[in-house]
Amino acid sequence: MSEATTTPAVQMPVVASATTPPSVLQIFVEFLLIGATSFGGGVVAYLRNSLVTKRAWLDDKSFVELLAISQSLPGLNSTNMSILVGDRLRGISGALAGILGMCLPGGLLMLGVGLVYHQHGDHALATAMLKGVAAAAVGLILSTAVQLGKKSLEHAADGVFVVVTILGVNRLRLSVLTVLVAVGLVATLWYRPRKAQDGGANP
Amino acid sequence: MKEIPALVRVFAYLSLLTVGGGMAAFPEMKILTVEVHHWLTFPQLVHLYSVGQMAPGPNMMMIVAIGEWAAGILGAIVVVIAFFGPTSLLTLLVGRLWNRLEKWPWRKSIQEGLAPVSIGLLLAGCFTFARGAVTGLDTATIAVGTLLILLKYKINPALLVLAAAIIGALSF
Repeated sequence: MSEATTTPAVQMPVVASATTPPSVLQIFVEFLLIGATSFGGGVVAYLRNSLVTKRAWLDDKSFVELLAISQSLPGLNSTNMSILVGDRLRGISGALAGILGMCLPGGLLMLGVGLVYHQHGDHALATAMLKGVAAAAVGLILSTAVQLGKKSLEHAADGVFVVVTILGVNRLRLSVLTVLVAVGLVATLWYRPRKAQDGGANP
Repeated sequence: MKEIPALVRVFAYLSLLTVGGGMAAFPEMKILTVEVHHWLTFPQLVHLYSVGQMAPGPNMMMIVAIGEWAAGILGAIVVVIAFFGPTSLLTLLVGRLWNRLEKWPWRKSIQEGLAPVSIGLLLAGCFTFARGAVTGLDTATIAVGTLLILLKYKINPALLVLAAAIIGALSF
């Protein structure tokens, strides 16, 4: 830690803002706070509020760019963002500090929940509450799908890819990996790079 | 202890399926953790996932509980490393290469192609999940109610999930 805090700011020109890049410890603490307070999902909004607005460690343009990388790769947005932001600020140790801080509070909480649930989960009252919680989670996941769909589905063909993906997993019982690779490949080829003057080739 | 290698394999594999979010891996998670390895039952998986939606941070930290049940504290730690390790490494590498990738014409094609697939996987995961969570008119009402409220109002979803727990307790 001490090595990181004494490194002169001049050696870190990657950061867009003019402020001194934070130390590994500062990165860890900031992500720990986000990891402990971001109730209800939507961690990205908490990240932006903290990293861009409060700390000014990143400008909005870099944040959006890193978010685009996070979203196009496997992995959760929250942890991918922790890796990317941490790496931008302090290299690999920054990335580790970021993801560790992000995962620690929720992980410890779920460890406790798991222990309690294992012992008391079959109590009638717990079962009744969990029944309600699980039903609400379905609504929550569906609302995420609707919001994502509104934002990122633009073409008519997208609807076909969505339906084929669902049928592949739920009806044909293919593995998620098979469906991901097969439909992902076809969809990527469908949106293959074209030259502007390509003419009739566009379906 | 003997479950550790299986935990590593399963969760490292699941991690690569989480395109667009953790729910994409849910159908496979159900098959592997419930049907193949019997670390927990399907209702338990559904319950853990749902409670995990109330916890802060990444919404898949419920995997910690699966690891702990299967192989104690070591299992919990192993599961987290296996689940976040591979994708984190990939993200780190791609993040550093991104400036070069940005001009690669196929990057946009992959992004446009994966967008509908990831939403399809999210819905497929949701339908698998719903088979364990929506069991009658009462739970269907809570699910649809939550969906409509979230689409109409800007409210913290954790509060709605908490409210559903209270409704569940009251109806008991």
